[in-house]
Amino acid sequence: MKRIDTFKVIIYLILSVMCLAMVFPLIPLIFASFKDHQEFYDSQPLSPPHNWFNFHNFYLAWTQGDLVRGFLNTGILLAISLVGTIMVGTMTAYAIDRFDFKGKKLVVWAFLLAALVPGVTTQVATFQIINRLNLYDTRWAAILLYTGTDIISIYIFLQFMQSIPRALDESARIDGAGHFTIYFRIILPLLRPAIATVIIIKGIAYYNDFYTPFLYMPDPSLGTVSTSLYRFIGPFSANWEVICAATLLVIVPTIVVFLTLQKFIYKGLSAGAVK
Amino acid sequence: MLKERYKRQVTPWLYLVLPLGLLGLLTYLPVANMFWYSTTNWDGIDPHKQYVGLANYAKIAQNPDILHALFNSIYYFGGAVVQIGLALFVATVLSYGFKGTNFFKGFLVFPFLLNSVAVVLIFRYLFQGPGIASHAGGMDYLLQHLGLGRFVTQWLGNPHIVNFSLAGVSVWRYIGFNIVLFLGAIQSINPELFEAAALDRANRWHQFRYIILPGIRRITALSLILAISGSIAVFEVPYIMLGGANGSSTFVIETVRIAFAENRVGYASALAVILLGIVLIVTFIQRNIFKDEQVDLV
Repeated sequence: MKRIDTFKVIIYLILSVMCLAMVFPLIPLIFASFKDHQEFYDSQPLSPPHNWFNFHNFYLAWTQGDLVRGFLNTGILLAISLVGTIMVGTMTAYAIDRFDFKGKKLVVWAFLLAALVPGVTTQVATFQIINRLNLYDTRWAAILLYTGTDIISIYIFLQFMQSIPRALDESARIDGAGHFTIYFRIILPLLRPAIATVIIIKGIAYYNDFYTPFLYMPDPSLGTVSTSLYRFIGPFSANWEVICAATLLVIVPTIVVFLTLQKFIYKGLSAGAVK
Repeated sequence: MLKERYKRQVTPWLYLVLPLGLLGLLTYLPVANMFWYSTTNWDGIDPHKQYVGLANYAKIAQNPDILHALFNSIYYFGGAVVQIGLALFVATVLSYGFKGTNFFKGFLVFPFLLNSVAVVLIFRYLFQGPGIASHAGGMDYLLQHLGLGRFVTQWLGNPHIVNFSLAGVSVWRYIGFNIVLFLGAIQSINPELFEAAALDRANRWHQFRYIILPGIRRITALSLILAISGSIAVFEVPYIMLGGANGSSTFVIETVRIAFAENRVGYASALAVILLGIVLIVTFIQRNIFKDEQVDLV
């Protein structure tokens, strides 16, 4: 006979209640996305839709609300910024970890100190610089800011590079490889796990970012997922069921990524936090 | 030989030119300019920037809107304390490795990854439905179903309630991050300690009190300290939700409004300098705790 462990039961109970609390806010939104206009206004938020296969709101959100353009623009920003972030991060880490040179301490300090400055505090002045560079209301504003102000990736690359044995570089150098060949042919391929981590955590961060596109790219044709969804609120305020569907469309990719890459995400989150 | 050594000195700079250039252009130059602008009454356009000394800073202390916004951080800090407490509990429980607990972990962590505009819309609809008087939100219906109808309120419309609601959203969103951090810290505790405790017939409370808690003390302190700067720098959720209306404004919302809607770049810069100052002080305290612990370990 197995004794029922009351402690275990209580723990499971508490965890279940907490998870319900986490999921509950999404339920009215999910229900609303599948209701047609009349049904939405006749029913209450906690009653499920009559027809779970009514995709009309998603169709409206997709075609009328600039959401497609939002996904496209975010995709472009994501692709270019990630390449930039990885280049800048790996180059910095390579120079700092693999070379001894005068002024190295100063360089490390410059990056360390910059990590303390939260981006949102300096936007007043950063804005003037972007403006002066004539990049205001262009994609390059976001790309430059994402690529140029990211210190966390440098930390992740630096940490990982320390675990790549230097003997590999030395033997390559004896074979006549130059510093660029070593960086490109040996270090970069070995950094793959770190690159994957950076792509995941930075990809999520860029996808979710609101204030950069909001402040720097007000042109609706440059709208990202965040700002396009934000612009839904006004014109669709009489059709909240469509707003709900649009919100769900924005969330679904994140949930899919989360479910498939769960383990990497947990690892990435702890790696990015303990800088 | 000499040439080789010379090359080793120069090569790294080839790799650092671009990163350092961007760092200077997008981090250090703005910080320096911010200090400069904060002593002028510049509007962001005028080619001439008139020096006004510390007048902008003097104005901040007399602006009740800003003091109110600063006061609002207390709600978020309170939320953060609750969040850290809950996360501590969940992480401890998850670390026992009971069957199926990973499943629970997923539910608690996913909100952290969601788009901030989506988070706002989820809660706007939950709190006030489609925004018509005759249609309540899901929150009110839930309370009624649970027999708690007397707690139904204007979650976002009542200035006495709105900051509690927003702090609640913040707890919902960020608790998963703390859980992941704490769980990582617990799992890096030497397993021999737990084995020794089991031999000594220590109960779960003792395990928590004498092994887990000391093992994650540093990361808990770190989280609490980060919560201070985090709650002062709150921006996106209250801004997207209400534009800072109904008494929900925060320090950063005020700064953004003054800079970008009122074009008072000088004044906004003074605010930003103050914010940066607070964040830096808090971070230096955090770094010192970090250092002490490392000394302890040796």
